[in-house]
Amino acid sequence: MSTIVSLPDQTTATLPKRSYLNDGYGLKSWLLTGDHKRIAILYLISITFFFFIGGFFAGMVRLELLTPPTDLMAADTYNKMFTMHGIVMVFLFLVPSVPATIGNFVLPIMVGAKDLAFPKINLLSWYLYVVGGVMTLAALILGGVDTGWTFTTPLSTHYLNTHVVTAGLAVFVAGFSSIFTGLNFIVTVHRMRAPGMTWFRLPLFVWSHYAASVLMVLGTPVLAITLVLVVLERVIGIGVFDPAKGGDPLLFQHLFWFYSHPAVYIMILPGMGVISEVISTFSRKRVFGYTAVAFSSVAIAVFAFFVWAHHMFIMGISNYSALVFSLLTMLVAVPSAIKIFNWSFTLYKGSITFETPMLYAFGFMGLFTIGGLTGVFLGSMGMDIHLTETYFIVAHFHFVMVGGMLMAFLSGVHFWWPKMTGRMYPEGLSKLAALVTFIGFNLTFFPQFILGYLGMPRRYAAYPPEFQVLNVLSTAGATVLGVGYLLPMLYLTWSLKYGKIAGPNPWQATGLEWQIQSPPITSNFEETPVIDYEAYDYEWLANKTRHEVQTVG
Amino acid sequence: MHFISPVLWQFLVNWLTHFALFPPEASSIAPHADALYFFLVAISLVGLVLVLALVAGFSFLYRKERNPEATQIEGSTLLEATWTIIPLALFMVAFVWGALLYFRIYNPPTNAMNIYVVGKQWMWKAEHPGGQHEINSLHIPLGRPVQLTMISQDVFHSFSIPAFRVKREVIPGRYTTVWFEATQEGTYHLFCTQYCGTLHSQMIGTITVMKPADYEAWTEGSTSGMSLAQNGERLYASLGCNACHSGSATARGPNLAEVYMTKVQMSNGSYSTVDDAFLRDSILNPTMHQMAGYAPIMPTYQGQISEEGLIDLVEYIKKLNSNYRIQQTLNTTQVQSSVQSPAPSTQGRAQQAAQTAPGMVKP
Repeated sequence: MSTIVSLPDQTTATLPKRSYLNDGYGLKSWLLTGDHKRIAILYLISITFFFFIGGFFAGMVRLELLTPPTDLMAADTYNKMFTMHGIVMVFLFLVPSVPATIGNFVLPIMVGAKDLAFPKINLLSWYLYVVGGVMTLAALILGGVDTGWTFTTPLSTHYLNTHVVTAGLAVFVAGFSSIFTGLNFIVTVHRMRAPGMTWFRLPLFVWSHYAASVLMVLGTPVLAITLVLVVLERVIGIGVFDPAKGGDPLLFQHLFWFYSHPAVYIMILPGMGVISEVISTFSRKRVFGYTAVAFSSVAIAVFAFFVWAHHMFIMGISNYSALVFSLLTMLVAVPSAIKIFNWSFTLYKGSITFETPMLYAFGFMGLFTIGGLTGVFLGSMGMDIHLTETYFIVAHFHFVMVGGMLMAFLSGVHFWWPKMTGRMYPEGLSKLAALVTFIGFNLTFFPQFILGYLGMPRRYAAYPPEFQVLNVLSTAGATVLGVGYLLPMLYLTWSLKYGKIAGPNPWQATGLEWQIQSPPITSNFEETPVIDYEAYDYEWLANKTRHEVQTVG
Repeated sequence: MHFISPVLWQFLVNWLTHFALFPPEASSIAPHADALYFFLVAISLVGLVLVLALVAGFSFLYRKERNPEATQIEGSTLLEATWTIIPLALFMVAFVWGALLYFRIYNPPTNAMNIYVVGKQWMWKAEHPGGQHEINSLHIPLGRPVQLTMISQDVFHSFSIPAFRVKREVIPGRYTTVWFEATQEGTYHLFCTQYCGTLHSQMIGTITVMKPADYEAWTEGSTSGMSLAQNGERLYASLGCNACHSGSATARGPNLAEVYMTKVQMSNGSYSTVDDAFLRDSILNPTMHQMAGYAPIMPTYQGQISEEGLIDLVEYIKKLNSNYRIQQTLNTTQVQSSVQSPAPSTQGRAQQAAQTAPGMVKP
């Protein structure tokens, strides 16, 4: 079995006359749209906005940490900076990043549907996101909030005079946007697959989004309730988390992490879906061990709910529960390892090219491997005692979230950019951006592992002078990283008008979304597709291309 | 180290000591923690190098120019089983090793000396049993196990000594403990690692490890004159605890002499061990631990005693091995009050005492 696939001639490609982009004009046609593709674009614009807001706070945090004393800003201001960075990045960028933009755009096309199951709920989800975002901005403009993104009680309920209620409710509202996205995906995958599209013909992108959706729908309500309890405790003093009233402050952490640990899988699973698509496409090869990769997503989703107390090993939970949670944490690491090795072996005997999405995907694999393995350090109970609450943990989750997820997001944006806009991004510049991002990232976060082992605590506005060298390295890296993120913003905007016309399938990918025009028409397909081939079937694609050439020629 | 040049070796040592990758190993636990760290770093490096080698190798061997035709492969159960089982096995080693280290760090030896720590925004208060009080510093003897019993007065804090590789959350309303045995003289960082508000990064201090003789000298030089147990005894009398917990056969409350670390029967038939937390809870929330044979008549002392006062009381009850002095005190107060009559109310007496007793919350 072998396949030769060559890129289509881009010089003759033209933009289609009719597409979802020119189906209606004016602001109203966008703000009242039910089209999943338009909603995806709305999401893409809004999360990019919040990404740069969150990035600004990160920049301020790094700038303050350039020198040991608290000199650039007051300690309170610093506390607000890292809090806003966390809240904006986690709830307004990472959680919706891939699912609400790329997922929203391609998932219905991948299963062969005209739209998501509930287009209006999809639009409502975006509006809720915007309301949550505006409330966060309101909390920010009114003076900020300094609870840390974890809203830890009793600090958040009794000891702070900032806008905890506004920020808490903002996250509460944004949470529902995530629930609705998850709900929509689950129903769409179950009920709207095209004829012949069996579960095991679904692209792995769909599997990983399905797993993430289950987490969104089951996990997010717990966060919502927890935040409501924080607000009630703060406003009317119900005492659930107050030891003086018989409450338990540790209960908050149980509830919060019951969502927030699965939340990291909500963030990373869709990214893993992107990587599966990209690696397969640019190796021209079916993903090695499709079933194993598909089920590893499901396994991650199942185990994700039973590891939350590994955030609390030092908090006086019983030895037995610490043991159980540590063991389960080790188990949840295995499916991720399986995925990494399966992707590596997808390259074996492939026919590999190195376009930008592939470079980002390679970046993902390296950085996510480091991020995942350092997670094992933290899951190992005795090691966790020394490492938790230090910069080691900061480095660990930034390797997973930024090194992993953001790389996957950028990989996906570049990969599906031709499908979304009908135009190519500039290849040379984007390869440079990928490289700059990778270098900047490592320079920023690798020194933080060492800082963490040396014992530098997180969330410190001032630190002992012996930690300065590593902090300077980290701040320097953050500057490079900032450039790496600004570049795509600029050239992708440029490409909207000046990019080369992409044609329907510039990568010669097998996914259903690549068999229709770019950008697609509003109803995606001219007629309902009938699927008679497996996912990642490059034989089928080669035959189809040959057939088309024959009929045209 | 005969097989590498001495110059190189010295350079290496110099580099390692000046560009620190590790904090000092200053406790008996630190070498154990570092051993596990090296193991984890080693398996991470192997894993990372393997993945990088696979990606780089395949990218080179099967790049399009070299291999224009992809060969479709479904998968390989054998290979997939291999990379499921080997990582799983390594993670299991990390789990077991980590668990052993965890129990080593959190299970104190029985001969450990006890120091109390109260965390509050934004300082650490250490209370030695001999009555030495310190703020943002802790003096400890070399080579002797020290257990800290810690509590927070307000929000979550976390007591971390990187040089000792120990850390424990300090929680409001609940005692947590941590222990260590220092193996190197010197001063080390003490950090609060749980975000606790504005001056979180100023909630730092120093741990001073001293030779046992120096420690003795320090202890004698910095005592406040009253041991914690003596403070506790004063509180015990001024709060009127002795009225019910007098140890006499007809007393309304249980006898507290030598009750510490014994198993007592509760009114619901179960048994509980009387530890620090049990004593603290019983003072603040008496119905939480209702002992068999006694009526639930004890009032709560919530809001009346500070965390330091509670520590004094707990320390007093821990060391209480006879009721002789309690009964002496009772007799004296009775004599005094009968002399002082016309009968001042119990309330008035408690308030009078409150102005002098240090552990009580001032009204």
